[in-house]
Amino acid sequence: MLPREERPLIRAEAIGRTFGGETLTAVFEDVWFDVQRGEFVVLIGHSGCGKTTILNILAGLDAPSAGVVLVDEREIDGPSLDRAVIFQSHALMPWMSVQANVAFAVHSRWPKWPREKVKAHVQKFIDLVGLTGSEKKKPVQLSGGMKQRVGIARALSIEPKMLLMDKPFSALDALTRGTLQDEVLRICQATNQTVFMITHDVDEAILLADRIVLMTNGPRAKIAEIVVNTMPRERTRHDMHKHPHYYRIRNHIIEFLVDRSKAFDQEIATRGYDPKHPPLVSPGLAEPVLAASQPISIAALRAGGGDQIPSRRQG
Amino acid sequence: MASGRGLRAAILSLLLLALFVGAWQLATGGGAGAAADVDPEYAKLIGKEAASGGKSAMPSPADVVKKIWNHVVDPFYDRGTNDKGIGIQLAYSIARVLGGYLLAALFAIPLGFLIGMSPLVYRALDPFIQVLKPISPLAWMPLALYTIKDSSTSSVFVIFICSVWPMLINTAFGVASVRKEWLNVARTLEVGPLRKAFTVILPAAAPTIMTGMRISIGIAWLVIVAAEMLVGGTGIGYFVWNEWNNLSIANIITAILLIGLVGMLLDQLLARLARAVTYPE
Repeated sequence: MLPREERPLIRAEAIGRTFGGETLTAVFEDVWFDVQRGEFVVLIGHSGCGKTTILNILAGLDAPSAGVVLVDEREIDGPSLDRAVIFQSHALMPWMSVQANVAFAVHSRWPKWPREKVKAHVQKFIDLVGLTGSEKKKPVQLSGGMKQRVGIARALSIEPKMLLMDKPFSALDALTRGTLQDEVLRICQATNQTVFMITHDVDEAILLADRIVLMTNGPRAKIAEIVVNTMPRERTRHDMHKHPHYYRIRNHIIEFLVDRSKAFDQEIATRGYDPKHPPLVSPGLAEPVLAASQPISIAALRAGGGDQIPSRRQG
Repeated sequence: MASGRGLRAAILSLLLLALFVGAWQLATGGGAGAAADVDPEYAKLIGKEAASGGKSAMPSPADVVKKIWNHVVDPFYDRGTNDKGIGIQLAYSIARVLGGYLLAALFAIPLGFLIGMSPLVYRALDPFIQVLKPISPLAWMPLALYTIKDSSTSSVFVIFICSVWPMLINTAFGVASVRKEWLNVARTLEVGPLRKAFTVILPAAAPTIMTGMRISIGIAWLVIVAAEMLVGGTGIGYFVWNEWNNLSIANIITAILLIGLVGMLLDQLLARLARAVTYPE
């Protein structure tokens, strides 16, 4: 057996989740993946494939109908301070100041800490996300980007083993989103933070992720492939597109989301599929065979122009 | 612009008041001429004053102002059971209202928490609440008098029973509709149930709870007058009834005005408290 440090921090084994009373529908089934220590894993897929449900299961807010999720070889039973969540809607308490919102988390983590120590610790993380000077403000006085910064500070302040991010930047405007992505990249690389994030945004996935998990459309969604990001880790939003791997990875993912995610069942009917070991692909290294054999559709080009994949908004 | 409108509204209010007082003066001042036509037998029977109508029992605005002034300069005199200053009577009423109201808050807010957090408890208690809520609080009075055997405590009980429902229902509603994401934050931070109740659910539900408390204080102040008319002894309600027996309409009008003023102050106080716990989103 591998030494502890080399074993994955998170391992999802054959998890599935069904919803509904009499007519049970499986949103996803037989999903296997892992997250290594210090790794940034992004899960991407269309609305309705159960992305948020998977994140909630990792957070302990929801339980799988089948299978288990292991953290450090122990099965998840409920939420834990070891796994901090950054919510899509920032989820700040509107009656608390920025300072109090972060202190609420710090106090939860270390209830015995004296007031001064909590305050200093809180300040450290408010400074880290660049909100120095706004400590006494209420969330309503902050812009969307600043609110999400508080959400990030709150999650980081408890020094979790892993961060779970639920489309953290999707409610922000493009400019703010870019700045925040850069900062998250900087913070996560500096602290070697383990992160699991879900997103709709292909560029965001390529910028942040070490591995990108592609999910097919629901119901009965499954992991189609895991894309290895072969670009160097020291990338920035600014010069990422100049790297030769960038467009190959991007085209591969967009093509998957536009065409293959719908018709994945037909695809595997001919070539077989092992849910326990979904194919690990590195489209950045060479021209992908699939993309070369057929012209990219108009829809793919159009999706390539914007940041967001055309899809239904999730409720 | 806004201040201009405020000034004009104030002028209009004053005009309306002047119009009302003027009409009142005309209506009460013009009844002097009819004295001659009264049958002397009838006059002997019911008393000269009343029969002649020369001086109507309905006071003029000036009489009422004079009466109010008398009360204002000496609100707390005590000359026996049936002659206490209006300040003392108001104090009795306010004390009863606050007593019953605070007891109701102590009972309704924790129970409302329980109902709001547990769908099971909600379902179990709902039929009782539905039946008990529409009962006129005064209908409880005989039962209260029989079991408690003290008229003052009985009126406190009546206040309790009438102010409990809005607080209970609003607390339960407020607690049940706390945003799920805030509860999820508390869950992922492994916040204990007691800390969660006080630091997340209570502040989140506080505006709704305060709305219920504001409705309650209004109802309690409405009910106390009727309750004190029934049980007698002390209080502003008893004062009104006593002055009716004395046929002192000026005193009754004074009391009515004061009841309105105190009711407004109580409402403003609760509105201010509600504003203090409201959070903008």
